[in-house]
Amino acid sequence: MLGKANGSGQKFEPDPIPPGEPIIRVRDLVVGFGERTILKGLSLDVKAGEIMGFVGASGGGKSVLTRTILGLVPKRSGTVEVFGQDLDTADYRQRQALERRWGVLFQQGALFSSLTVKQNIQFPMREYLDMSPRLMDEIAIAKIEMVGLQPDVAEKAPSELSGGMIKRAALARSLALDPEILFLDEPTSGLDPIGAGEFDDLIATLQQTLGLTVFMVTHDLDSLHTVCDRVAALADGKVIAVGPIESMVASDHPWLSAYFRGKRARAAGIGASTHGAGG
Amino acid sequence: MGAVEAPLLATVRRDGAFTVVGNGRWTATQGRALEGAVDQALADVRQHGAAGTAVRVDFSGLDRVDTVGAVLIDRLLRLLREAGFAARIEGLDPRFKPLLDEVERGCHSVPAARKRVAPIIGALTVIGRAVAGAGTDALQFLGFVGQVATSFARIALKPQNFRWTSMVYHLERVGLRAVPIIALITFLIGCIIAQQGIFHFRRFGATTYVVDMVGVLTLRELGVLIVSIMVAGRSGSAFTAELGSMKMREEVDALRVMGFDPIEVLVLPRLVALVIAVPLLTFLGNMFALFGGGLVAWLYGAISPEIFVSRLREAIALNTFEVGMIKAPFMAAIIGVIACMEGMRVGGSAESLGAQTTAAVVKSIFLVIVVDGLFAIFFAAIDM
Repeated sequence: MLGKANGSGQKFEPDPIPPGEPIIRVRDLVVGFGERTILKGLSLDVKAGEIMGFVGASGGGKSVLTRTILGLVPKRSGTVEVFGQDLDTADYRQRQALERRWGVLFQQGALFSSLTVKQNIQFPMREYLDMSPRLMDEIAIAKIEMVGLQPDVAEKAPSELSGGMIKRAALARSLALDPEILFLDEPTSGLDPIGAGEFDDLIATLQQTLGLTVFMVTHDLDSLHTVCDRVAALADGKVIAVGPIESMVASDHPWLSAYFRGKRARAAGIGASTHGAGG
Repeated sequence: MGAVEAPLLATVRRDGAFTVVGNGRWTATQGRALEGAVDQALADVRQHGAAGTAVRVDFSGLDRVDTVGAVLIDRLLRLLREAGFAARIEGLDPRFKPLLDEVERGCHSVPAARKRVAPIIGALTVIGRAVAGAGTDALQFLGFVGQVATSFARIALKPQNFRWTSMVYHLERVGLRAVPIIALITFLIGCIIAQQGIFHFRRFGATTYVVDMVGVLTLRELGVLIVSIMVAGRSGSAFTAELGSMKMREEVDALRVMGFDPIEVLVLPRLVALVIAVPLLTFLGNMFALFGGGLVAWLYGAISPEIFVSRLREAIALNTFEVGMIKAPFMAAIIGVIACMEGMRVGGSAESLGAQTTAAVVKSIFLVIVVDGLFAIFFAAIDM
């Protein structure tokens, strides 16, 4: 809505994608390793401002899709657009500008083991932003508190943290540059049910306060149910269904009904209502 | 828009009250400018106003706020209130309210970084730690040697429990695969010694004595030293890195809970492989060093191979060769024990893996040279 520069010394900053518009657009994506083709012409849209849950069988290519979008895995064909920018045609500077606008939470956290939590969070800030050490400290502490950790965690090394704390600290690092998209790779795996529930709430709260778009690879039926606006299901290298969780539960596709109406789903209270009618 | 050139933050004083007007994008990209503006506004208000004065903070001009902006808004309001001003925020877009609330809820106290100490105390601390560290190192070394010895005794009683496959695999890696580089290096060392010897002995007309020098020097000392140093750098570091990364990923703990003794499974095969490989490599190195020396003596010193061999026969006795070879298994044991011990001491971080690998190589080379000196004294004492 405003010009690119306003006020003295203000730097260029791209405008955010308005909510509801596609922020990630994947078309006919084919990815494979050697003889094996993992993704066979996959297409998917993620809309700005939503929490998209992504499910699929283990080894089915969920992480491969995430890693392809992030540019960590080469693709055979198809296009990936993030923020309306085709990743293939982006030059180095555009690509770098784009990478500042997303944050990634890896499954094991991937905190740098030789740095403290505070240094981990400040690492991207030091690289990309110009600000005083005092402000950087204040911001690191604000992020640590935002993810529900105590400020004294700041001076600890990752090896001194528990699994749940590592996930939270890694989340704080992925939020360091105030990204617009947050990629989460199985955020609740390895957490106890209480911790997983709290993590779900945390993601929902952060999504609200920071206006994030969240792309979440998960197996946790509870998170799919409680925080995801839409769910996409992957089977045979393609997205077989996209929609709110209710439509997934109601679907007649054999894999979907096994996933969402199985014993574990009923235990999570998802398939319970539809199971009687559907089965 | 009209506000395009408005400053990020401006302070206006009217009728004894202050109005602070914010504009533009309060985001991370202008962190430094924003912080400067906030500190300037704080200084202005503090300088011109008495405590209790009303301060109206007008943020209706803000069109984007991220965490950095929110932290600075919070800093402005908090410090104004702490200084006794009645600060009131107005016009902030409700979109940014949740973020600001989230930041305001924090405790704001940055934990103090480690205290600075006087340089002299720092230096003394480092020395003290190093001395204490050397003490614990020596104790741990003894402890580890003890563990290895008990495992070895258990295996000696029940040899069928020894991991032969693993030992042979490591023997290939530390022995066979090291042959080309060991041969090349010892050959070159032999050449260099012979060339230097001839160059200097020629002035005294004592060229043929170069054969004595090459023979005694390489067989007694240099062969085994060069091989030990090469093996420490090549295989010792690999052992430390392998065991260290297994330790990091809890593979060592997995072995232990399955009822295996990690020393028996991981350390002994490596140690035995080294104790077998290093004497063989030393013998090979000795031969290549003599060959290199002979070649240079022939080409550069005009000492024909026949003369070289007959002179060598006079210059060295069997015990010259034995002195070198006896040392080899001891060197291997030192390298193996240190490398495996350092591997087992790796902690949780990638950095500690690097530190232990460095320590393993440095310590084993140091100890190899110290032990070589002790052997020299010992052999002199027994007239060998």
